[in-house]
Amino acid sequence: MDHPIKRDHARFRKIVKGRIRDNLRKYVSKGEMPSPKGDGTFKIPMPSIDTPRFKFGDKSQGGMGQGNGEAGDPVDGQEGEGPGQGGEVGNQAGNKELEVDLSLEELAHILGEELALPNIEPKGKKAMPSVTNKYTSIGMTGPNSLKHFKRTYKEAMKRQIASGTYDFLDPRVIPVKRDFRYRASDAKVEFENSAVVIYMMDVSGSMGDEQKEIVRTESFWINLWLKSQYKDIEVRYIIHDATAKEVDEETFFKTRESGGTLISSALKLCREIIQSDYDPSEWNIYPFHFSDGDNWSADDTKLCLEILDQDLLPASNVFCYGQVESRYGSGQFYKDLVSRYGEQDEKVILSKIKNKDAILDSIKDFLGKGK
Amino acid sequence: MADRTRPLEGELLRIRDEIYAYAIEFGLDFHPVRFEVCDYDTINILAAQGGFPSRYPHWRFGMDYDQLSKGYAYGLQKIYEMVINTNPCYAYLLNANHIVDQKIVMAHVYGHADFFKNNAWFANTDRNMMGVMANHGTKIRRYMERYGQNRVEEFIDRVNSIENLIDVGLLFETQELKRQREERMKVAKEEIAKAEDDRSNALKSFMRHKERQNKPEQEEVAVDLREKKINAPRDVMLYLLENAPLEEWESDILGILRDEAYYFLPQRLTKIMNEGWASYWHSHIMTTRALKASEIIDYADHHAGVMAMSRQNINPYKIGIELYRDIEYRWNTGRFGKEYNDCEDMHKKLNWNKDLGLGRQKIFDVRKTHNDVSFIDEFFTPEFCERQQLFTYKYNPRTGRNEIETRDFMEIKNKLLSQLSNFGSPVIEVESGNYHNRGELLLKHVHRGVDLDFGYASDTLKNIYALWKRPVNIVSKQEEQSVTLSYDGKEFKQSK
Repeated sequence: MDHPIKRDHARFRKIVKGRIRDNLRKYVSKGEMPSPKGDGTFKIPMPSIDTPRFKFGDKSQGGMGQGNGEAGDPVDGQEGEGPGQGGEVGNQAGNKELEVDLSLEELAHILGEELALPNIEPKGKKAMPSVTNKYTSIGMTGPNSLKHFKRTYKEAMKRQIASGTYDFLDPRVIPVKRDFRYRASDAKVEFENSAVVIYMMDVSGSMGDEQKEIVRTESFWINLWLKSQYKDIEVRYIIHDATAKEVDEETFFKTRESGGTLISSALKLCREIIQSDYDPSEWNIYPFHFSDGDNWSADDTKLCLEILDQDLLPASNVFCYGQVESRYGSGQFYKDLVSRYGEQDEKVILSKIKNKDAILDSIKDFLGKGK
Repeated sequence: MADRTRPLEGELLRIRDEIYAYAIEFGLDFHPVRFEVCDYDTINILAAQGGFPSRYPHWRFGMDYDQLSKGYAYGLQKIYEMVINTNPCYAYLLNANHIVDQKIVMAHVYGHADFFKNNAWFANTDRNMMGVMANHGTKIRRYMERYGQNRVEEFIDRVNSIENLIDVGLLFETQELKRQREERMKVAKEEIAKAEDDRSNALKSFMRHKERQNKPEQEEVAVDLREKKINAPRDVMLYLLENAPLEEWESDILGILRDEAYYFLPQRLTKIMNEGWASYWHSHIMTTRALKASEIIDYADHHAGVMAMSRQNINPYKIGIELYRDIEYRWNTGRFGKEYNDCEDMHKKLNWNKDLGLGRQKIFDVRKTHNDVSFIDEFFTPEFCERQQLFTYKYNPRTGRNEIETRDFMEIKNKLLSQLSNFGSPVIEVESGNYHNRGELLLKHVHRGVDLDFGYASDTLKNIYALWKRPVNIVSKQEEQSVTLSYDGKEFKQSK
């Protein structure tokens, strides 16, 4: 039988997810979403429930530490949180966060496990050659940094025993030059699958900063996952309002245009990019489109569906449409897509992203099919 | 739990005998220690439950377990050892540990066990807590069956809110504790009788009947108590237990949680001393006796990891072990007392050595009578402070980061003491149970320089209101001004 704590654990998870004990909602700090800190480490927030108690106000208290430094020097690991962060009363302070030094690969693994994402089965032949060096063999020469101590001392010991200079009572082993061994690399050529992600975002007036933040976070995680699945991956960015253009990553997230929306403009540009640069028989193609669902006219929507049916869907692994909820958006495009493809289409994955908390679920929608 | 841990065998058993002999040789004195070996999941479970294999059901344990498991999975933290203050003293070893780690842990555990047995603040802790905790679990589980899990859990949440409102002074009030222990023993015996007796239902109904008869009487007493002098004003839990209009099962749970809070209190009062003492002994036993030449690197690595200084926090292991060593050195060389303190010849002071050799005896005495506050207050010296490179830091809103504030000895000492005093909790006292002459509860925050977090205070008041069922107030200070925060079940009021 399992230990009873598993039941406490399950109960805790349920409270955090808001399924039971609604009155604790206020004290719950969620968080499954690790956030990058920019220096290779990630913050992994721990979901937790805070218990209110009489306690001292934090910020006024400061703390104590040990180490070097003069008065006024920063205490490590505390680089500019930015002013104006303090002073938030109650309920938030109990957040527990782990700061982890993780590689992107490990992070993707955690994400995959957390969301139970299936591995992607790539299509197309393995076309991209990639050379990897694996340090699997041992050589007689090499730089000091690759010195293999164990082997070196083994050699030295063998030599000493063979030459009778090894003293069992004073077991000192001293390697000489010819004992030294070094790690050496074998080059391996592997053929990889290749993939391209094409992000399209609606930047018309109704998409605010909050909506873009959602798209940014979501695309970070999608890239992360796809990168863990494909060795080489290209990412292209398209923004559109009534017209579409290709931009770099920074512009993609920062631009705020205004005006109307013609979704077909983005899809057309996407089609052009695929036709000129990516042969569907060799590339795994992932078009992602984010919008608040407002399209100017029903005619344009019709045109969109046409492009999808004739060009984009046959070329892509999946076509993903994420609809971010905004105050102004009608959300009509989602309905249009549903009425055309249904909620469960093999090639068209639709997801509604209500707010930041819904990002994880949405990622699961997109990547959960293993395509 | 039984199938999750197993007793020592083979090599570990041999090591245990060896370390045990060293511990005895150095004069450590402890209740029998029972080592058990388990895997990391089990040790996470135990740690989440405060070291005990069986607790009452509550999400809090699940939360701690969640965090420990994740920390372990991401390779951030690993619990090496777990020891509980019971007789016999239970200690858990992680099965995946390296043999040299097991040696360190065993030596460390004997240090803790000695501390548990000899430190005065632990004198009245219940050494049968293993069984008591399990009984608490059984009782609360039964209440959950009867009154519903949500309802009972919600009540526990509220009580957890005031878990830190207990009185350190009561650890020595043996009369009260004696009464409690007797009561607990009685209850425990009844529990056993209930569990084994076929006539348990009849017995239970008889007891319920008896309790019902007693009840009105108790309520009358409660009304009187509101006017009566408050004996232990800092034991808010006790005050509510005796005076709040609680149902019987609620009183029982409040009493249970209060007992558990008092059980853990000595450990909260002696974190630095306890960890320091255990570290002192693992270091001493390992480096003078148990360590093999081949193990030195691994030992040093492990020891250094445990002793790591942090710029953000005080590491109790580090400060503790260094302070014991400093005391030992000072009492060995005679660097204490009036003559030494009054000496103004720096050269003479630097080479001061009276060869007293009193160090070891002194630290054994210190571990017996002190807690963290008095430990720091008495033995924290300017030289020590400087050697340990201590500083205080403060948040600078202009640069948006924490910055070193000062290395001034008195300021550091005061800050350390204020962080440790009253186990780091604000001192809250019951002022009146009949405030405004309307049966309102009035609490007082004894302000010692640091303001309360009013956001938390409001939510805590809410929870206390749920127990007291009449308006609750707390008087405190904010930015030098007296403030009263009130909650009447509907809204909060702040008055100056």
